[in-house]
Amino acid sequence: MKIRAQIGMVLNLDKCIGCHTCSVTCKNVWTSRDGVEYAWFNNVESKPGTGYPTDWENQKRWNGGWERSASGKLHPKQGGKWRILANIFANPDLPQIDDYYEPFDFDYDHLKSAPEMEAFPTARPRSKITGERIEKIEKGPNWEEILGGEFSKRSEDYNFEGIQKEIYGEYENTFMMYLPRLCEHCLNPACAASCPSGAIYKREEDGIVLIDQEKCRGWRMCVSGCPYKKVYYNWSTNKSEKCTLCYPRIESGNPTVCSETCVGRIRYIGVMLYDADKIEAAANMEEKQDLYDAQLGVFLDPNDPEVIRQARAEGIAENWIKAAQESPIWKMAMDWKIAFPLHPEYRTLPMVWYVPPLSPIQNAAEAGAIGMNGAMPDVRNLRIPVRYLANMLTAGDEAPIVTALERMLAMRAYMRSRNVEGVTDEAIATRVGLDGRTIEDMYKIMALADYEDRFVIPTTHREQVEDAYDLRGGCGFTDGNGCSTGTSKTSLFGSAKRPLKMPKEVA
Amino acid sequence: MFFSNFNLDFFIFGIMPYVALTVLIIGSIARYERDPFTWKSSSSQLLRRKQLVWGSILFHVGILVVFFGHLIGLFTPIWVLDLLGVPYGLKQWFAVLLGGAFGIVSLIGATMLLHRRLIDPRIRATSSFADILILVLIWIQLFVGLGTIILTMEHMDGGEMVRFMTWSQSVVTLELNAWTDVVSVHWLYKFHILLGLVIVALFPFTRLVHIWSGLAVPFRYLLRPGYQLVRSRRSRASARAAADAHMRDAARQPAE
Repeated sequence: MKIRAQIGMVLNLDKCIGCHTCSVTCKNVWTSRDGVEYAWFNNVESKPGTGYPTDWENQKRWNGGWERSASGKLHPKQGGKWRILANIFANPDLPQIDDYYEPFDFDYDHLKSAPEMEAFPTARPRSKITGERIEKIEKGPNWEEILGGEFSKRSEDYNFEGIQKEIYGEYENTFMMYLPRLCEHCLNPACAASCPSGAIYKREEDGIVLIDQEKCRGWRMCVSGCPYKKVYYNWSTNKSEKCTLCYPRIESGNPTVCSETCVGRIRYIGVMLYDADKIEAAANMEEKQDLYDAQLGVFLDPNDPEVIRQARAEGIAENWIKAAQESPIWKMAMDWKIAFPLHPEYRTLPMVWYVPPLSPIQNAAEAGAIGMNGAMPDVRNLRIPVRYLANMLTAGDEAPIVTALERMLAMRAYMRSRNVEGVTDEAIATRVGLDGRTIEDMYKIMALADYEDRFVIPTTHREQVEDAYDLRGGCGFTDGNGCSTGTSKTSLFGSAKRPLKMPKEVA
Repeated sequence: MFFSNFNLDFFIFGIMPYVALTVLIIGSIARYERDPFTWKSSSSQLLRRKQLVWGSILFHVGILVVFFGHLIGLFTPIWVLDLLGVPYGLKQWFAVLLGGAFGIVSLIGATMLLHRRLIDPRIRATSSFADILILVLIWIQLFVGLGTIILTMEHMDGGEMVRFMTWSQSVVTLELNAWTDVVSVHWLYKFHILLGLVIVALFPFTRLVHIWSGLAVPFRYLLRPGYQLVRSRRSRASARAAADAHMRDAARQPAE
């Protein structure tokens, strides 16, 4: 047993209202720079849809993630080490920027500087890459927002696999949900495995996956390696970049920007202890539907005395063990089994999990023919097909999704019964394999979702790794070497550097 | 006058190799140490796939063979040839055929890449002056290199080749008067060598630095145990110390 701690996230899709606050605040903080205008470390997709970049879930096309060979060995789907090296001159699986979208801006200045004309001046779009006029914007960061576009295109969504999808194109049967996405900070990251330079690494203390910008050489294998397409190539600096899980905030005990600003309070951050020795076997299950269970088996119970003893022996700090014991992630993923990994079949063992959304009961069912499962409606009558959610979250295994949706419905029924009718109906809880106390805890964590319940983040132990005395007068986070932030306009080594704008004294 | 006895041949064959190699080595080390963030291959594949895939593969495969051909061909000591009993003419034929074939492959690739870089609006807009300059120089170098083959075809006895080998090796063995052996060669060879040395001297200031990484990367990647990398900020010693401290604390506290 080799115990490590991992910061994990759960997104309660049942409460996501698709406001994009997470995406916008993330962009303002991390990707409002040249070369990554097109990159959204966090984005929110309307589902069903082909997503961003287009069709990212289709690994037959993009070859992301891992593949189990006939001999039972695990290797990146885009190829083992030799194949990756052979593709270094031109990566056959790399998307072109148009698969995301060509970044654009508008001629806002024209609105005020235009001469007097008969027609009202307009702000027309312009490419952020070439600066040239774009006559028609063909694609944007959220092109399919709220089921935009025709069904035939949207329904190319990979999650429709095994579903008679035609009826969902009819207005009466249509359904939708939001899927906010960010880097999964996988236990078995395919991006890191694909990097020939060894620039991508997983941090031992919190499991955050980062790209060393000074070691990245721009071989761009991580972009194609990541099945979630959450590594972005900065075309200006020619280095790959990705979500950092806001590690400077996490280290100081604060939630990520996307989580902090989430108005729906759908995001949870907490610690999970896991056994690093089990990862390879867990990612290498023969049947893809076993991968979800296998990943559950990797996590270690933070209340098990043996786990605690071993964690201490391996130098995991007390506040991290305590955080793991109070982790909302543990509760949702392990205790209540209502949170699931996104596309476990990619074999990366992702660590951003999702609570599937409930959806309205279909009209036909409501008009008398409602399928009731005891006192509760049958979740198979929900507007969003269970199979669709299962394709997304459990590699197609419907049973765990059904249980989760039933538990969420039970939570509502139980609390409604208690608060409205004043009756505590323990039977509702028992029917879904829970008890009243657990349901009340679920209600506290998921419905009330207090800040302290959503975010249980232990501070990092920098005192163990650096001497604060050496850091006095340091420069914090910089792009350049040391305190030199590359402020000189011309560099001996090419590459135009953007001068840092320093505040000037006002006369 | 200082330069009254300036001799172009001495400059090209006697001085430039040392200038170029010094700039290459010191410049590369300085850049790697001082500004590792700028050390990159500068791929533009994300912006435009067209012409990149074939252009890049042809160019790189061709130029790698040509480069290592030059390296091995010029720096193999002549006594090794004698020992193996390889006739000089045969070696020259081999060099002409291999270098010619892969030189053409590389030139086709370089032409595709240069065309793309100059004509494609996205690539043009994101190219630095150095990106275009170095590609133009390499294109000219490939073109001139192929041109010298025509001259070479006139004397296939290997004599001239041996003179170039002797001179190349003299640069390494610091025989400073060896440049006099090659003054009589055709000016096109001299231009080819001068341009090659200029490219070597420009190397650390351009995207060419990715060649160092490209040479190192197969070893780095293939020798890396497994696929994954984990970094810890704790040194082993401090982790152990922390663990020990926790164990002591745990021992002092009542069992949970």
